[in-house]
Amino acid sequence: MGDIADVQAAVAEAFRSEWGRVVAYLIRVTGQWDLAEECAQDAFTKALERWPRDGIPTSPAGWLKTTARNRAVDRIRREKAGDAKLREAAMSALGDEESRFDDNGIGDDRLRLMFTCCHPALPVEAQVALTLRTLAGLTTSEIARAFMVPTETMAKRLVRAKGKIRDAAVPYRVPPAHQLPNRLMAVLAVIYALFNEGYSASAGADLVRQNLCAEAIRLGRLLVELMPDEPEALGLLSMMMLHDARRPARVDAAGDLVTLEDQDRRLWDIAAIGEATAVLDDAVRLRRPGPYQLQAAIATCHAAAPTAADTDWAEIADLYRRLAEMVPSPVVALNRAVAVAMADGPEAGLLIVEKLEQSGVLADYHLLPATRADLLRRLGRNQQAEIAYRRALDLAPTDAERRYLAKRLAEV
Amino acid sequence: LFASLSIERLIVRLKDETEPGGANPMRYALLICHDETKVVGTDPARTQAFAAFEDEMTARAVLVGGERLRPTTSATTVRVRDGDMVIADGPFAETKEQIAGFYMVDCEDLDGAIEIAAKIPAACYGSIEVRPVWEI
Repeated sequence: MGDIADVQAAVAEAFRSEWGRVVAYLIRVTGQWDLAEECAQDAFTKALERWPRDGIPTSPAGWLKTTARNRAVDRIRREKAGDAKLREAAMSALGDEESRFDDNGIGDDRLRLMFTCCHPALPVEAQVALTLRTLAGLTTSEIARAFMVPTETMAKRLVRAKGKIRDAAVPYRVPPAHQLPNRLMAVLAVIYALFNEGYSASAGADLVRQNLCAEAIRLGRLLVELMPDEPEALGLLSMMMLHDARRPARVDAAGDLVTLEDQDRRLWDIAAIGEATAVLDDAVRLRRPGPYQLQAAIATCHAAAPTAADTDWAEIADLYRRLAEMVPSPVVALNRAVAVAMADGPEAGLLIVEKLEQSGVLADYHLLPATRADLLRRLGRNQQAEIAYRRALDLAPTDAERRYLAKRLAEV
Repeated sequence: LFASLSIERLIVRLKDETEPGGANPMRYALLICHDETKVVGTDPARTQAFAAFEDEMTARAVLVGGERLRPTTSATTVRVRDGDMVIADGPFAETKEQIAGFYMVDCEDLDGAIEIAAKIPAACYGSIEVRPVWEI
């Protein structure tokens, strides 16, 4: 018999660590996503009833899995309607799964689930939502709040995605080797999208929304645990941890964004930075560089500098050069311009900015004139800087950014 | 009937049917869509590419059927509304790309169908819509 608070804490802990495992297993053996979620839910409800009375089981994971499976067997038996063949298949699989439940790595059901949730035949918003629902255990209304859409909209999105998985027979498996690199990129993109969504949440935003960063990092950790030899998975995890470590310094008391340069570095989470650096080291040791690892490496350069003035801009400029070779994106090129300007002087950066302006690809992107303005200001060409700041102000999408630019404009 | 069988007996009976690649493949229609103002008539290289695709899929025993269709200039659309038949010249919808043909394939799952769709020569200049067959 445990103290009721201890038991509730144990159930909450089991929910965080085991929900995805139980759901992923039940989906594999029953082939039915809704049934899997409902039976997993039932098992956790039962744990809240039983554990205070019977004590916390020695293996909470095993208890939950068995309880959820028994519930599924029960429900499938009682299903009068429906496809007899489906029912038989489910019952058959439920009978002989024992040996496969504790598999780790590539045989882990959670990895199958991750790849299926992030299948490119599903719309991206649905990929993100399905991942949060089935692997992280967020409820539909929590996911709706996190993405600021009505619960009904989110529920429809989930129903439609599950319907497509069923009707079009989206496979429930880790893709074969020849598809793996592309499909893994899709999984990483979903986790990163989740992180970005949380990262852009304001301090006043719903707590679920603010917690998206933590959820993304948790999923990143899980992926790394299941695929320890994938350097880009390690790179993504490292990058997310580094950005997250700087979060406390990112917004000032008034709620305004603080640029990296002006952040109070004492607020950074040193322990998290240390761990993230070690994760990146693991990735680099695998000797297969990629965009996430490079972005993590750039973030480590910033994190390693005790003051903004100590930043190794030459190294950052070189990392951006390598990143631009891999990802020919104008935004990466613009970031590179900033780094080059810091390393080799504003004129060198301005050359890259002008090349970008001539290409016309970022014509409506406020950070292009903002960067130009900044470099011109540093060169003492204030009149030209003023024109560029005004152009940036016209294009800036948020109040916080307009306030920031207006402040700069007043300085020239 | 099935409820009265034990799980163990079901396992014995159904093992073969639940194995991957077993008796329950999915059927998919691969609808070939292209801009018919750009793809006209016959072209020896294209014909050969399609023949090679069909040979490969026949050898793999996934091809159930398929046809090329004449352009929508020859299409007639029929609707019955309130008991009255309405006949119209042209396709059901005016879009940039029109259905130009289809294949019916047997596959294990969507990934299999996508892999085949990507090999249809028209995937390089048009698009292929992959639709699972509504099995009854």
